[in-house]
Amino acid sequence: MTAMEKKDPFIAGICIPAVGEAGKTGDWSDLKPVIDQAKCIPASKNKPACFLCWLYCPDAVVTMTIPVTIDLDYCKGCGICAEECPANAIKMVRKVECDESL
Amino acid sequence: MSHCELITGNEAAAYAVKLVKPHVIAAYPITPQTSLSEKISLYIESGEIKAEYVTVESEHSAMTVLISASTMGARTFTATSANGLLYMHEQLHWAAGSRLPIVMCCVNRGVGAPWSIFNDQQDSFSQRDAGWIQMYCRNNQEIIDTVIQAYRIAEEVYIPVMVCYDGFILSHTMMPVEIPEESLVQEFLPPYTPHTEISPESPKTVNPVFFPWRRENHEGVLCDGYMEKRYKLQDALLHSADIIRRTNRDFAAMFGRDWGGMTWEYRTDDADIFIVGMGSLAMEATVAADELRRGGIRAGVLGIRVFRPFPCREVADALRGARAIIVFEKCVSYGQTGGFSTDLKAALYGTGITAPLHNYVAGLGGRDVKARELTEAVEGSLTAIDGGDGEHKTVWLNCFTG
Amino acid sequence: MQEILWYGRGGQGVVLAAQILAESAFLQGYRGVTSAPMFGPERRGAPLTASTRISPESIRIVSQIEAADISVVLDESLMDIMSVAGRTRKGGLLIINTARTCGDFTIDGDFRIAVVDAARIAREKHMFFGGLPTVNTPLLGALARVSGIISLDYIEKGLKMKMPDTHAYSNFEAIKTAFERTRVTQEGT
Repeated sequence: MTAMEKKDPFIAGICIPAVGEAGKTGDWSDLKPVIDQAKCIPASKNKPACFLCWLYCPDAVVTMTIPVTIDLDYCKGCGICAEECPANAIKMVRKVECDESL
Repeated sequence: MSHCELITGNEAAAYAVKLVKPHVIAAYPITPQTSLSEKISLYIESGEIKAEYVTVESEHSAMTVLISASTMGARTFTATSANGLLYMHEQLHWAAGSRLPIVMCCVNRGVGAPWSIFNDQQDSFSQRDAGWIQMYCRNNQEIIDTVIQAYRIAEEVYIPVMVCYDGFILSHTMMPVEIPEESLVQEFLPPYTPHTEISPESPKTVNPVFFPWRRENHEGVLCDGYMEKRYKLQDALLHSADIIRRTNRDFAAMFGRDWGGMTWEYRTDDADIFIVGMGSLAMEATVAADELRRGGIRAGVLGIRVFRPFPCREVADALRGARAIIVFEKCVSYGQTGGFSTDLKAALYGTGITAPLHNYVAGLGGRDVKARELTEAVEGSLTAIDGGDGEHKTVWLNCFTG
Repeated sequence: MQEILWYGRGGQGVVLAAQILAESAFLQGYRGVTSAPMFGPERRGAPLTASTRISPESIRIVSQIEAADISVVLDESLMDIMSVAGRTRKGGLLIINTARTCGDFTIDGDFRIAVVDAARIAREKHMFFGGLPTVNTPLLGALARVSGIISLDYIEKGLKMKMPDTHAYSNFEAIKTAFERTRVTQEGT
């Protein structure tokens, strides 16, 4: 019994922090961030700058890249990136409208 | 070399802690545990115990400190009594649910209100369902030996162990105690390996919210929900009985003292009257059994050493030939009967054992219980039972009820 | 089994005396030895008891002593407020720290009475603790003299288990003096 217990990786309530450990969480929201790359500072200047959206995202789904991308599989639509963006480049759009626009 | 010293129960427990070499100790003093935490402080001050002693502001914090330390792989110890134990209550569940092999001494004392600093077993009894192993000691030698055994049991099954012994009656009474040799203790007790490695290189999230359902992790593996976790704890507790029995056998082979594993028996070979009890009260009952035998009554004692997991197999085997079962207990399940006898009756259901069971709630809040009084109580019960009264009965011994 | 009850006041070393006797008896070869203070809070000056049990066999009794084979009274004034004689067993022994003689005590009870002026001995030896004469250890000498259960040699060894050698030396001097000066009535007085 005990030998088995020691091998049981689920003996206690322990998880490994990893992308998707708690399943996809992007469908929790009804708002999604949409980036206007023309306004976005790193994209428009084509150099690493600003990245406040990356810094403030509580779910770490924003990339520090050019262009900036957001992983919508895990974005919970909180809108902090839109709030923080100094160039007003991020708009929170209702998911339904977002889907319609695609 | 082992040697013998005259020491109190609290000193015996402190000595055991010194021998098992814990890494982290956190305790908050409370009567009658105080002299134990004081002794450990002295050992740390003198360097005889090389451990981090965290002086906390409460018992709740003491257990919380140990939960963190044990999670990271530290061997840990604490001790408390009565309302201190109750203040720990939430963290007791947390320690067991996290499957941490924390060892704690509960120096048994009555619970307030109204205040008492004197002995009974209501404190640990009231923590029965927290998921801990509970062991009860009958004398100071058993205290030192049981604390040592508790670490091996806990670290093998990943369940915390509460070593319970009667406040004042054992904690403050000097008795001869053979101190085990340190090198033998180290041989008996392998180093503690935590069930899960947690380090900066291998980070983990500990005890996030568990849902009613099972879930897939990032690798697509279906993981436990809350209920599976609870089942695993229960399953481990039930199976820990085997480990407790084996640990006792191994200890006896190495140190020459056999405490009986889950239960112990005194003069039961030809007994048909069984006195059942836990802790020092059961030891006192062995004197009553001798006295009853001088009066022609074939009495024996079944001592309960491990209360959780409940020794179902042992009590059914022991009590098979019983004509009467007389339980003495220092705890109450309010709204039911005595705390221990409630469980004993449940364990006997379906075993075919139908002997009348009388239980005596005794010694609450330190009221003295003498062997003579136990003898008289058993004689009184037998008079009723032999007179054809087969009913189960509860009596409060030496209690002046209006 | 011999059951010994010690009567004194908080600060007189009642518990220590009970423990020294236990250590001495254990060293002398008794397998069963226990010693306990009166359970509960301790207060300086308050009446209290401590107990020692001594037996050739290991002891399984942990309840309080109902009646003592030997009662040792460190503070005579306690005789008026505690039932000392009533808790001394028939055929037993009552040892009192007093300046009076055995004949001065008119106590009903079928036991011997032994007296020793432990306070005077302590003053002679300049042994004081907390401003009071040390009477606990001299009474061990009286006990060795009249109880027949423990020898002076082992009292000396027991002392050394509980205190540094220099203290043990001066205490043992007082114990020997008490041993000499202890006077006892005949059985059944």
